[in-house]
Amino acid sequence: MSDMLASAPEAPSLMMVRDLAVHIRTDAGLARILDGVSFTLPPGGSLGIVGESGCGKSTLLRAILGILPKGALVPQGQVVFQGQDILKTPVRGRIGFIPQDPYLSLNPVFRAGDQLLEGMRNHAPGSRDDHKKKLINLFHAVQLPEPQSALEKYPHQFSGGQRQRLLIAAALACDPDLVVADEPTTALDVTTQREILALLRGLIKERNMGLLFVTHDFGVLSAVCEDVAVLYAGRVAEYGPTGNVLADPRHPYTRMLLACHPDRATDLVGIPGTVPAATAQPPGCRFHPRCPISRPACAVTVPEMARIFDGSRVACPYHADPLPEVALG
Amino acid sequence: MARYILKRVLLALPALLGLVLLTFVLVRVIPADPAAMLAGDAATPAQIAEIRTRYGLDQPLWRQAMTHIRQVMTGDLGSSIFTGRPVAEEIGFRLPATLELTFAALFLSVVFGVPLGLLAALDHNGPVDQLVRLLSVGGLAIAGFWLAIMLQLVFSMELDLLPLRGRLDVALGTPPVVTGFYLLDSLLAGRLDMFGNALKHLVLPAVTLCLPGLASIARFTRSGVLETLQKEFVLYARAAGYSPFRLATIYVLRNAVTVTVTQVGLLFGALISGAVAVEAIFDWPGLGTYAVQAILAADYKALLAVTLVVGVVYAVVNVLVDVAQALVDPRVAEQLK
Repeated sequence: MSDMLASAPEAPSLMMVRDLAVHIRTDAGLARILDGVSFTLPPGGSLGIVGESGCGKSTLLRAILGILPKGALVPQGQVVFQGQDILKTPVRGRIGFIPQDPYLSLNPVFRAGDQLLEGMRNHAPGSRDDHKKKLINLFHAVQLPEPQSALEKYPHQFSGGQRQRLLIAAALACDPDLVVADEPTTALDVTTQREILALLRGLIKERNMGLLFVTHDFGVLSAVCEDVAVLYAGRVAEYGPTGNVLADPRHPYTRMLLACHPDRATDLVGIPGTVPAATAQPPGCRFHPRCPISRPACAVTVPEMARIFDGSRVACPYHADPLPEVALG
Repeated sequence: MARYILKRVLLALPALLGLVLLTFVLVRVIPADPAAMLAGDAATPAQIAEIRTRYGLDQPLWRQAMTHIRQVMTGDLGSSIFTGRPVAEEIGFRLPATLELTFAALFLSVVFGVPLGLLAALDHNGPVDQLVRLLSVGGLAIAGFWLAIMLQLVFSMELDLLPLRGRLDVALGTPPVVTGFYLLDSLLAGRLDMFGNALKHLVLPAVTLCLPGLASIARFTRSGVLETLQKEFVLYARAAGYSPFRLATIYVLRNAVTVTVTQVGLLFGALISGAVAVEAIFDWPGLGTYAVQAILAADYKALLAVTLVVGVVYAVVNVLVDVAQALVDPRVAEQLK
C-alpha cells in the first residue's frame, strides 16, 4: 500500500507507524496479521484503534511494545517513536502499558508493590525508596483507597477496579511520553468503567502524554480519543477524527460496524460472515466477501487510502455509495 | 496458620491408627511363624509353644492387635523378638541415618531438578529441552540397584575416590549424638575431618537415591514454567520491561514451583521406600536395612515399629509441604485462615 500519510506534510509526531506488516509463521501457513498499517500520533494526541477481535489490534500493540510472539516476522514497515525506529531498538519505560485484564495481569504470588517496582527498577531514575514514594503519590492520583498500604498487599486483596487503578499507576510510573492501553476497561463493570476512563483521560491530559487506546467499543472511544483508526483484517479501513468517523462513517465496514452498535441500531443486525482467518486473507479488499456494495474489482485491487474531508481517510473507492438499507438495520 | 497445622496433625492421627491396625494384620496373617523362627531349627515343639506363650502369640489375633495398639499409644514400641533390644532405641539410631540420606537425596533432587526444569522450559523443544527429557526419562527408568553398583564400581573400586559403604570410617569413631545426623553432629563437635568423611560416604547413596526424584521434579518444574509462561501477567511483565533473567528466575519460577512443592511431599514417600534398596547396597545403617533384617527374621515388632515411624515421618513431611505451599502462594495462606 503506497502511503498517503507518509507523503503528507510531516507534522511533529510522537509516534509514527509506517506501512507496518507483521506476519506469523503457523502450522496452517503464514498468518498475515497486519499488512500495511499506517498512522500518526502527535505529541499529547490520543488515537483509538477499533476493530473486531482477530483484526490485529493486539498484535499491533505487541509490535509497539516490543513483545511480539516467537516466530513473528516484520517484513516491512517502521514504528518511529520520538525519531527512533523501535522495531530495531525497543524502548522501555518511555511507553507505559495498561493491559486488558486487571485480574490476570498481576502475578498472584507477589505483592503488588514488588511487581510494580520491578518495572521501575530498570527504567526510572532514583532508588527503590524514591520509586516507592512515587508510586504512593500515583496511588493518590489514581484514587486508590489506602494508598500507603497498597504496596504491601497481594493482588487478590484488591477489587478489579482497584487493580486497574494499580496498573494505571504502574503505566505512569516511569513518566512515559506515550501510554498504550489495551481495552483497559472491558473486564470491569460499567460504572467502574466510566470512572476509570475519566480518570485515565484526566491523568494523561494533565501530563501531556500521548495515548494509544485499543478497543472494540465505540462508546468508550468517543469518551477518550481524538482520532480513531478502524482496523479490519490487519489493514486500516478508515482513519480520522473520532467525531467525524462516528457522525459520518464512510467505509462500508465502519458503517456496518456502527450500525451494529446497540445504541444506534434500530434492529440488531450483524455483519454477515466473519473476519477472515489470518492465514487465508482474501485478495484485493479484505472486506469484499462481506461487503454489500462490493464490485468485481474489489476482489482484485487493494484499495488505496483516499483522503476525504477534515483529515479523514478511507480505504474504499466506493465510500460515497449508499449501502442497502437492510445492511444498516 | 498454627490452628491449621494443629488441625492437620489431628487429622493425621486416625490415618496413623489405621496404618497400625492394617500393618499389624498384614504382618500377622503372613505364613511365617515368628515363634518357630526365633526358636531355631533344632527346637522341639514344646520349646516353640513356650515361646509362643511368652510373647502372647497364642492369643486370638484381635486381642494381640488391641495389646499392640495400647502399647503403641503409650509410646512403647516393644522389644525386638529377635535381638531382645528395645525397638525404639534401635530406631532412634537408625531413623536419623535414613533421614540424613533422604534429605540429602531430596536436596540434590531440588537443587538440580528445579534449574534443569526451568532451563528445559525456557528452551521449549530446543536442544536443552531434549537433553533434559533424556535425563529425566533415564532417571526414572534406570534401576537404582544397578546404578548403585555401577557407581560403586567406578567411583570406589576403579577410581578410589569415594568409600564403598557405611556412614563413616570406623577408625574415626562416631560424633557425639545431638541430632543423629552425622553431618550436623560432626560440625557441632567441630570435627571437620569427620564432616568431610561423612560427606564422602553420603555422596554415592544420595546420588543413587535422588535420580528418580530429580527426574520427576525436573519434569514438573518444566511443565509448571511452560504453563506459567502462557499467563497474561508474564506478557504484562515483559511489556513493563522486567529483565528477562529476573522474569524467568524469580517471577515465573515462583508460580511454577507451587506444583513442584506438592510433588516434593509425594516424592518423600518414594524416597523412603527407595532408601531400603539403596541402604542395603551401601550398607547404610538406616531404617531400610533394619526393615530388611526384620522381614527376614519375621521380627514383627521391629517391622511394625518401622512402618509406624515411616508413616509418622510421612505425615509430618506432608504438613510441612502444606506450610511451604502457603509460604509460596499467599492465596493458599488466605484459605488457611
